[in-house]
Amino acid sequence: MSIDKPVVKPGKPWASTPKERAIDLGAILLAAFGSFALVALSELKGKLAYAGVFLLLIIVINFIHNYLSRGIASAKDSIASSFAVAGVLITLLPITSILFAVFERGKAGLKPNLFTTDMKLNGPNDPIDQGGLLHALTGSGIMVGIALIISLPIGILTAIYLTEIKGLFTRPIRFLVQAMSGVPSIVAGLFILSAIVFPITKTPSGLMGGLALAILMIPTIARTSEEVLLLIPEDLREAGIALGGTQWRTISQIVVPAAKSGLITAIILGVARVAGETAPLVLVSGGGDALNLDPTSGPMGSFPFYIWKAFTFGTNESIDRAWAGILVLLILVFILFFATRLVGADRNKK
Amino acid sequence: MSNSEAQDPLDKGNEKMETTTPSSLSSVAANAAAKRKPGSGALGVGLEARGIHAWFGDKMVLKDISLDFWSGTVTALIGPSGCGKSTFIRTLNRMHEFIPGAAMAGDVLLNGKDIYESGTDVTKIRLKVGMVFQKPNPFPSMTIADNVLAGLKLAQLKVQNKDDLLEECLVRAGLWAEVKDRLSAYGGSLSGGQQQRLCIARSLAVRPEILLMDEPCSALDPGSTLKIEETISELSSTMTIIIVTHNMQQAARVSDYTGFFLSDGGPGELIEVGPTSEIFSRPKDVRTENYVTGRFG
Repeated sequence: MSIDKPVVKPGKPWASTPKERAIDLGAILLAAFGSFALVALSELKGKLAYAGVFLLLIIVINFIHNYLSRGIASAKDSIASSFAVAGVLITLLPITSILFAVFERGKAGLKPNLFTTDMKLNGPNDPIDQGGLLHALTGSGIMVGIALIISLPIGILTAIYLTEIKGLFTRPIRFLVQAMSGVPSIVAGLFILSAIVFPITKTPSGLMGGLALAILMIPTIARTSEEVLLLIPEDLREAGIALGGTQWRTISQIVVPAAKSGLITAIILGVARVAGETAPLVLVSGGGDALNLDPTSGPMGSFPFYIWKAFTFGTNESIDRAWAGILVLLILVFILFFATRLVGADRNKK
Repeated sequence: MSNSEAQDPLDKGNEKMETTTPSSLSSVAANAAAKRKPGSGALGVGLEARGIHAWFGDKMVLKDISLDFWSGTVTALIGPSGCGKSTFIRTLNRMHEFIPGAAMAGDVLLNGKDIYESGTDVTKIRLKVGMVFQKPNPFPSMTIADNVLAGLKLAQLKVQNKDDLLEECLVRAGLWAEVKDRLSAYGGSLSGGQQQRLCIARSLAVRPEILLMDEPCSALDPGSTLKIEETISELSSTMTIIIVTHNMQQAARVSDYTGFFLSDGGPGELIEVGPTSEIFSRPKDVRTENYVTGRFG
């Protein structure tokens, strides 16, 4: 007769026991009950009051429970992590709320004609199945594209100058780039208006819109790229130089490829910064309602302008139209986001 | 301190003062020396350092180092941390100037020509004097194969058959057997020791005459260290190797000549240089003896 060897099973001895989970659940219930009681008895009113009181109570209950069972250090720890979780919830709340609101209110206007027609023959007050935002789609695409073509090389080369070449002008340029990233967007529009539109072209156009957006995009791309390039370890640069590379070849073949996914993030941030810009476009792109694929002449529509115009019109039909425009813009930004992430990520995953 | 014995490696006139220390290191060094036939100067002096001084800002970190490196030999530079060994080898391929605030004086002659002469193409110098760093630093955006051949792209060299060169370099670096089936994997997927051998292979691909190794094994386990030492022994038949190391057994095992650096708080100086077996068995300077026998440092 032999003693059976106990079969060893993989376990998680650090996981919470049923008892601990019951206590956690009890804390939540207690906090929920407490928040109802407090809201009922006091002056506080509304959904936000329930949520706020609930959050506060759960922090207090956790603190007391941890203090009694594990001591003061653990209790302080629980306070810190409770606040971190509360911070996440408070951040997520408006974001999800915006997403839901945009989806709820925008989906009514999501008709096929939205993507095939412009507003040449229709006003914002026409039924939603007439007219569309084709002109805004192409206009935004063309203007952001122009801005990207200008800003991408300038922004990344500026970052390379600041981190790799480090000449006499590093400090003033870094200062200027930081100052420029805080410039209000209307200033960029006014600059193009007074520097190019009034003295030279006399008329607004898509190209002018693209130039104004580029002014906003360059500092965003330059700053983010600089941060990314600073993270590349110095020994990679040394290795490239020690292998007989010139500085430029070391930068272009080693430093930039090593920073690739970060630089793609910089580009996304740059595009995201300008995709929703309204003020400069109202000033310099002319805000057309008709499809215009030529950035050099004639007014050019854009998403922000389309949305702004429909909202200010103020009728039910036009507000539906505006929400649909916001929904399409959001979807496009998300698609862009995931596409670039995919492009940036695939190399390191193999 | 006289360095004359470095200029003539056949000079055996070192029988004076110190009694022989019967340390295990000296026997290791003697065994290693017996096994390997050093180039013995027949190939000539490949690299000569003449009166090298170096500064970082106002602080002098190296004072008057003169040292010859004979072709086809391995020279180990030993000494406590902060005595300027790494700074010294970085002056030999002009990597010293890459550090902000760096300054230097003296001449480095590569095949009789000063590499600091104005008008010298510094990238060509670094092609002839390759370098392996303390921390393995394969290029993260490149595959194993691309890493080995990176120098060709960086220096825009043309090569007839890249596959042959790739295999040759990996074989010489002792890595071929381990990676031949995954040449398209990324360099970062290798272990630390493999990464360092990949870096050695990468340095070999541009066919340097001289290879500087700055504590190449300090981050590696004993097994990987042994493999790299084997690699060094194999390479030493065709090229000049200068290795900085804190591991005295390693210096005794792999080198033909050893130079001892020391700093007494001021700039680092070359205390003594000579055939490795003599440095470990009959050092002329009492400070060298104290260091190699482990009495300080």
